[in-house]
Amino acid sequence: MSGRDLPSVTRRRILKAAAALTAGSGALRTVRPARSTPATMQAAIRTVVGENQINKGKVTLDIPPLVENGSTVACSVAVDSPMTPSDYVTAIHIFNEKNPQPNVIGVHLGPRAGRARFSTRIRLADTQRVIAIAQLSDGSFWSDSVDVVVTLGACLEDS
Amino acid sequence: MARALISVPAKAARGEIITIKALISHHMETGFRHSTTGELIARDIITSFVCRYNGEEIFRADLFPATAANPFIAFYTRATESGTIVFEWTGDNGFSATEQAAISVE
Repeated sequence: MSGRDLPSVTRRRILKAAAALTAGSGALRTVRPARSTPATMQAAIRTVVGENQINKGKVTLDIPPLVENGSTVACSVAVDSPMTPSDYVTAIHIFNEKNPQPNVIGVHLGPRAGRARFSTRIRLADTQRVIAIAQLSDGSFWSDSVDVVVTLGACLEDS
Repeated sequence: MARALISVPAKAARGEIITIKALISHHMETGFRHSTTGELIARDIITSFVCRYNGEEIFRADLFPATAANPFIAFYTRATESGTIVFEWTGDNGFSATEQAAISVE
């Protein structure tokens, strides 16, 4: 590589770089605590699912598509399963994209539950996609996802 | 002691699928919020909920800060025999609470 290909160090460049740096650190100071991103959500899902394939279907995530207050969002997950000793749901997990943490809740059940379904209330910090993943007794994973619009987010407000 | 509300049918037919609801008062401080002076408020949540039917675990949940304050969980189980259903919540800062309900199965 010859010296000619390298960008020449000029006063203008240095000033530009310095301005970018200060702007960047300023943004860092005001940025909110580490939020989960789709990438961290995928990582969290992988810790539960491992290398197994996640299939679409069987799971129904029931959550309102438009939420006014993200600090209490009623949601329920139902899985299409006979819940017999040979074919049942072992676990259901809920994940999100934009809360500070990707995990929402993980429940474990067995064949005697009778019905593979549960309800709870969750927090959503922002408009985002929520994913429910169910693990069946045969080791397969099934999922459903819903895009939720949140008007007023939870978790980060100081109320 | 945190106040807990549970809903279990007092009577059920053998083999019937019953609905169980459990709610406990807890602020579920996320650990991501700041106080007015700018300090991070330490996390204080319930991390685990277990339900046992005559000693046998029938339902377990791992909770995270994304669970709303006053965690509410509704789930199902099959009524097999008369006995007690015990609910147990554990969490940060040594939080622990138990509640129980009797059920008679005919």
